[in-house]
Amino acid sequence: MTRKTPIQPEFLDALLRERIHDESLRGNIRRATQTSLNKRRAVVSDYEDWETLRQLAHDVKSHVMDHLPVYMARFAQRAREAGAVVHYASTAEEASRIVCDLAEETGEPLVVKSKSMTTEEIELTPALERRGLRTVETDLGEYIVQLAKEPPSHITAPALHKSRGEIGALFAEKLGIPYTDDPQELTDIARKILREDFLEAGVGISGVNFAVAETGTICVVENEGNARLSMSLPKRHIAVMGMEKLLPDYSSLALFLNLLGRSATGQRLTCYTSLITGPRRGKECDGPDDLHIVILDNGRSRMLQDDRLREALYCIRCGACMNVCPVYQKVGGHGYGSVYSGPIGSVITPVFRGEERSKKLPYASSLCGACAEICPVKIDIHHHLLDWRRRIVSHGHVPLRERIAMRLFLLLARHTTLFDFAGRLGRVFSPLLRGKDGGLQVPVWSRTRRFPALPQQSFKQMWREKNGRS
Amino acid sequence: MKVSLFIPCMTDQLFPESGMNMIRVLERIGVEVQYDPRQTCCGQPAFNTGYHEESLVLAERFLDIFDGDGSDRIVAPSGSCTTMVKVFYGDLLTLSPPYREKAERVRARIHEFTSFLVDVLEHEDVGAAFEGRVTLHDSCHALRELHIKEQPRRLLRHVRGLELVEMQAAEVCCGFGGTFAVKYADVSASMAEEKIESIEETGADFVTGVDSSCLMQIDGMLRRRGSAARCVHIADILGGSAA
Repeated sequence: MTRKTPIQPEFLDALLRERIHDESLRGNIRRATQTSLNKRRAVVSDYEDWETLRQLAHDVKSHVMDHLPVYMARFAQRAREAGAVVHYASTAEEASRIVCDLAEETGEPLVVKSKSMTTEEIELTPALERRGLRTVETDLGEYIVQLAKEPPSHITAPALHKSRGEIGALFAEKLGIPYTDDPQELTDIARKILREDFLEAGVGISGVNFAVAETGTICVVENEGNARLSMSLPKRHIAVMGMEKLLPDYSSLALFLNLLGRSATGQRLTCYTSLITGPRRGKECDGPDDLHIVILDNGRSRMLQDDRLREALYCIRCGACMNVCPVYQKVGGHGYGSVYSGPIGSVITPVFRGEERSKKLPYASSLCGACAEICPVKIDIHHHLLDWRRRIVSHGHVPLRERIAMRLFLLLARHTTLFDFAGRLGRVFSPLLRGKDGGLQVPVWSRTRRFPALPQQSFKQMWREKNGRS
Repeated sequence: MKVSLFIPCMTDQLFPESGMNMIRVLERIGVEVQYDPRQTCCGQPAFNTGYHEESLVLAERFLDIFDGDGSDRIVAPSGSCTTMVKVFYGDLLTLSPPYREKAERVRARIHEFTSFLVDVLEHEDVGAAFEGRVTLHDSCHALRELHIKEQPRRLLRHVRGLELVEMQAAEVCCGFGGTFAVKYADVSASMAEEKIESIEETGADFVTGVDSSCLMQIDGMLRRRGSAARCVHIADILGGSAA
């Protein structure tokens, strides 16, 4: 099954315009994000000291990043002691190649996958398919977007942009079944089909939510049980993780599990929490014959070396910043044209994909700060967007007309007389630019909103009049 | 108490009456007011768009005007522009050492208007009267950077004739966001639409707030959509005398 219609970042604006007027899409996104936020609010109130937990999580992550080589070595050693094979990949291509090689050498034709944004980041599924390996997404949301040949539109809820009616129509078309929009029926249909694949697959691929250095354990959370099946039924399990997923020990894991479920889906704990330490051992009857853990860098080391940007490595991919973001709510994940969408996506994508190709993303925000306010690990997300804007401007990735406009503004603003004169000119000539609504016709702005008419006097003139011309 | 007025460029050029009303309130409660007409812009539009070099020039200029100007405090009718000085001047890492010191002094002395009244002067009843049902928009910079939430509400509760009603989406961004409003005009306008849905649910006659920029965005959408509600800066409400 091939998938993905890659969205070119160049089309971002046109795409946004188109999507912003898609009422049904906006309705779907709004319903889904509001449901998540309401559920989140209910379970966050379990804790009187939620703010303390956020700070604690922030501090744990900060500590891990300060000592990342130590924790990475410890994790690798303990994982190997438990029988896992640990691989390092410095780029997305390398990680993809390692996983494809590992899958291919089993000689098995079918791969089952559980939900993993890291595998999206390394564009794994198309690579596996190019090697002739049929690859099936087993998370229901991922299964839906795979059927629709779309990328996921949300970190934790890949098919969030679709209504159940749209999913019903998709199933009817692709699976040749009678139309239904009953969620239970649709789930049962997917479950039945996927069950066959689970039993047949020789390779299972998963992501990793947390990696515990103390024991070499990987932790995967989910609600459908598909990840657990993907990790235990096939004879080879390959887990792909970004190197920032490390935690020191089980007590820090407990803290992060509390934060992740609540922030992501408004659950105290997800339905399944799998802790995996090595493959099946000796007499054990469950689990794969071998376990491979692929640790991905792909720009993360560079982030680690940057005093400001390293904070973005604290992200636990809960998606709360997307749910709460008013821009995300309007355009959905696909509007960003990047694997990781929403506020945090706009912070990390320039690292993964390059600044030039991502230069519009940091501007796709009103900088309202709702993202930073909700982030369970207290990443100062909107200030990172400001940092990116500064880098983008200083590297010249901005249109010439914008630079000229800024220079002109600076020229006026640094000379009071010029500034006041420009204001006077505006007040004299602005009546010529009055629109039908009585407001000033301002390019772009006035297409959607009224712009006020200029007043007769500036504040400065009023002040001078009041104080008898000082 | 002697106060130096920081009148942001948008207030100066588009909403001068709000600046004048701020003076009325301050003088009514016995605060002495001064204003340096050399001031223009704090540099926020450039800073928020990523133009640090340009904003640095304006920041230094601002600091030269306001540092050591003989006033006790600096007061601005804007949470956003106050944030630029109070919070983001600290992020202009390339400020030279003498300007860093100036910035420290000015940041400690500058206040958003409602926060100045309530937090500094501890003055909640400014003797204002205003007829109407009013809802308050929490502007993002004021709310999340300066933690201004209760201050404007406390002031409004003391205004004769005013009925304060809360909208559900009070804390949701109006979509202005500086250059965002034109760079992503459709998204921005769509955010404003959602905001006014929440406003209309309250049946309010007026929407108020501490920032002219948000109010311009909201008012622009209210009028375009033919809604009866109007935006009015909180200084314009508090400026109306009860006497």
